[in-house]
Amino acid sequence: MMDKLDELLIVDHIRQAYPKGSGEDLLVLDDVNLRLRDNEIVSLLGRSGCGKSSLLRIIAGLMPSTGGNVSIGGRPVSGPAPEVAMVFQTFALFPWLTVLENVELGLEAQRVPAAERHKRALAAIDLIGLDGYESAYPKELSGGMRQRVGLARALVVHPRILLMDEAFSALDVLTAETLRTDLLDLWSEGRMPISSILLVTHNIEEAVLMSDRIVVLASNPGRISAEIKVDLPQPRNRLDPAFRRLVDDIYARMTARAAKPSQGLFPGTGISMHLPRVSPNLMAGLMEQVAAEPHRGKADLPALAGPLQMEIDDLFPVAETLQLLRFAEVAEGDIKLTDAGRRFVDLAPDDRKRLFAQQVMAYVPLVGHIKRVLDERESHAAPASRFRDELEDHMSVQFADQTLRTATSWGRFGEVFAYDEDTGVFSLDNPA
Amino acid sequence: MARTRRIEVDQPPLGLAGSGLKPNLYDLTIFILIAAGFVALAHGAREIAAPAERLVGQPIVLDPAYLPEYALRTTLRMFAAIIASLIFTFVIATLAAKSRKAELVILPALDILQSVPVLGFLTFTVAYFLRLFPGSELGAECAAVFAIFTSQAWNMAFSFYQSLRTVPRDLVEVGRHFRLSPWLSFWRLEAPFAAPGLIWNTMMSMSGGWFFVVASEAITVGDTTIKLPGIGSWLAVAIDAKDIRAVVLAVIAMAVVILLYDQLVFRPIVAWADKFRFEQTAARERPQSWVYDLWRRARLVRRTAQVMGSAVRLVERLTPRPAPPPAECDRTVSARLFDVLWIALVLALVAYALWRIVLFTRATLGFDDVVTAFGLGLLTFTRVAVLIALASAIWVPIGVWIGLRPWAATRVQPVAQFLAAFPANVLFPIAVVAIVAWRLDPNIWLSPLMVLGTQWYILFNVIAGASAFPTDLREASTLFRLRQWQWWRHVILPGILPYYVTGALTAAGGSWNAAIVAEVASWGDTKLHAAGLGAYIADATTAGDYARVVLGIGVMSVLVVSCNRLLWRPLYRLAERRFRLE
Repeated sequence: MMDKLDELLIVDHIRQAYPKGSGEDLLVLDDVNLRLRDNEIVSLLGRSGCGKSSLLRIIAGLMPSTGGNVSIGGRPVSGPAPEVAMVFQTFALFPWLTVLENVELGLEAQRVPAAERHKRALAAIDLIGLDGYESAYPKELSGGMRQRVGLARALVVHPRILLMDEAFSALDVLTAETLRTDLLDLWSEGRMPISSILLVTHNIEEAVLMSDRIVVLASNPGRISAEIKVDLPQPRNRLDPAFRRLVDDIYARMTARAAKPSQGLFPGTGISMHLPRVSPNLMAGLMEQVAAEPHRGKADLPALAGPLQMEIDDLFPVAETLQLLRFAEVAEGDIKLTDAGRRFVDLAPDDRKRLFAQQVMAYVPLVGHIKRVLDERESHAAPASRFRDELEDHMSVQFADQTLRTATSWGRFGEVFAYDEDTGVFSLDNPA
Repeated sequence: MARTRRIEVDQPPLGLAGSGLKPNLYDLTIFILIAAGFVALAHGAREIAAPAERLVGQPIVLDPAYLPEYALRTTLRMFAAIIASLIFTFVIATLAAKSRKAELVILPALDILQSVPVLGFLTFTVAYFLRLFPGSELGAECAAVFAIFTSQAWNMAFSFYQSLRTVPRDLVEVGRHFRLSPWLSFWRLEAPFAAPGLIWNTMMSMSGGWFFVVASEAITVGDTTIKLPGIGSWLAVAIDAKDIRAVVLAVIAMAVVILLYDQLVFRPIVAWADKFRFEQTAARERPQSWVYDLWRRARLVRRTAQVMGSAVRLVERLTPRPAPPPAECDRTVSARLFDVLWIALVLALVAYALWRIVLFTRATLGFDDVVTAFGLGLLTFTRVAVLIALASAIWVPIGVWIGLRPWAATRVQPVAQFLAAFPANVLFPIAVVAIVAWRLDPNIWLSPLMVLGTQWYILFNVIAGASAFPTDLREASTLFRLRQWQWWRHVILPGILPYYVTGALTAAGGSWNAAIVAEVASWGDTKLHAAGLGAYIADATTAGDYARVVLGIGVMSVLVVSCNRLLWRPLYRLAERRFRLE
């Protein structure tokens, strides 16, 4: 039933773009539509850089969108909205305020009288299991306890929607799990003064564990690629075959797009391709892992992620870089080594470097470009600023910096060229 | 226990921070405006041409019974100045942080103003304040307080500005998200975040301020001689009377005052400010202060905090609730138009300022005056350079030795801070007596006075740097059995470089200022005179020659700014980029 009345949050054709060095703007979110109803938990699942945090901030009224509308409870959002409260990834507690003062902050801004403020803050602290810590300072608390303060601070203002921005990702595995379970308990018992939860995450299992509905965001630009209803009964068991099937299915959906490398794994084309920060050692490590028992050259990404303690934000960029360099193929949630990848694993360090250099020169246009420029110049040297300027015509300053650093790191590993940090000059001669 | 206490806040000091190394157009603009301001002041001061107005104050009596009162008056002047500096900081720095246009003017202005020799200011301001309160001591009091203010305000404002600009993004977001009013946000977020940096800078400013309070109490401008009741005037009278006993008494009184200031003000406040440090984990070592512990036990701190908290809330309740802020708007055409108007206004001001400067200098100064001033400036520059080099050669090894031994550092560090706060000009007469007695060459032997008070900044910054040096790096270098020279070159010197540069910059800046009182000295009728820019300014001040005072100040400012830009700033950047540990 899609009754207009119980649609708490309506996100309508949201578009978000940033101006870049030259030419078109960089599109971060493209035509995003989203509905949130009373009494449901919805996850926004996507990789870093897909614009999911931007979307959350647009919903919270912290950031204006370039196009489209957001309305909460029928009213359009045009600034920080009183109906929502956010829990931050970094906790964002004020270190000079005690737990109680931190929780009271939102009420103080609303000018709630001191006595009521105190009462409500204590109730929230009690609810979230922090009693006894009222006068502690955040730095005296563990990460899990701090995030509980963040949660109490959000709940105390009695929002209709609780927004969670990667709220568990800064916590260790066990602490995060305890907090998730506690939150789900409070939710199912109806003890929190909220109607719905919208959580942003890059952790597939977390999304499946907690939500009634998962909205998958694809990157470049961020757009909704799938919406998955989760019907499993709460409490959910990670080892339940149905749970595993759903996780595998989402992995497959999130890697399906990467099947055709020619279309570009990374935004930008030619020398202006954005390169991710992936070190050659990490690539070698993953290749060895895939080549080894029990995978023997072909591995299921979720099965690989578990034992390596890697989340998709760590794993996907490495896998995709291997695909870019034709060391592996990634499709349908699987990673498979190519011939070059298998050869690489068996080689001695020096030969590995030679093979790496070949692949990088062939498939990373920026590295090839730097090498060509160095070959052509009589001095066989060129300042980094020359290439940085070139990149900045196509991408933001930060991306240009990251891309050039990555190209430098790969070029150095393959001994394609040398780079002197002090002078900022690329050259062909390796330092003695 | 690897480190003693962290004395440094992670902010580059004013003069070191900044984007460019080369002076840019804005610096030049601001410099011209400031110079024109001085010209206007000097011009006005000449116009006043007040008849030698005898001040009806009580004469200074060299009787130990009066000394406590004089010390108290000196201290009160100090506190008046610090309050003025704090108000200036809150207003100006907040303005610079919130408005891009104000920032474009305020930042270079702070950078240049902090290079202007403070004691040079005194010449004009005395004339002005005297006219403001005719026939009363209040004018002179204001001039003295203003002189101290000018020695403190700039780096405090700069520190506060820097903190405001670096408030963590997520906390700013929390503030906006929970819709804190600007007032509440200032007191709950911005001010607490800026507190450690501001308090540290305030305390450093106060330490430096003692020097200027002593120097500004007794001053002669042309025919006007002012002696405000205070330790500085007592000292001046003692010098005229060749009373060595009175000089020694002044030294003792000053030592007591600084000791009390250190124990009752400096340490408790630094210990209290520790609460505001932006850290997510509790540090093992925190600043200690017995006075602060007493306060805390007496629940005085909590009560004060409660009172302040209610005051903040009261204002919050009284102010109308602001409309929810729009979620950041784009720059529009009208904003661009405003930019153009702004630039046009600044350019017009600069043109007018230049015209005034040219008029003024043509009427009073010749080209050879400029050459003379620069020549003398180079002499003083040589003195400062040689002395800072000597002080570094002595104090860097000692500081490293102390800093690497926690037991020594905890004992020596407070002493070094005490010595840095002690106004060295109180000791000058003793040195002058020695120079007179042994007939030494004042050109050489007056020079050490310039670093007498400022060398300690090098010492305690180096101690702090060495204390913060990571133990594992030390152990690694021990394992490699580096030779002495290698160890200095590759291990410890790079490790302490950022700290050393901070200390040396402060020391050099202080020495330039000290030159004005150190290059000319007297003992009774005996006048000692060293050739240099400091003496040039001091002589022009005594003669009431405003044009030459302005010239001297201008030349000195140019030299100090150039040193900062060409030497200290590149060094600091190198240290930051290459040698930053952590």
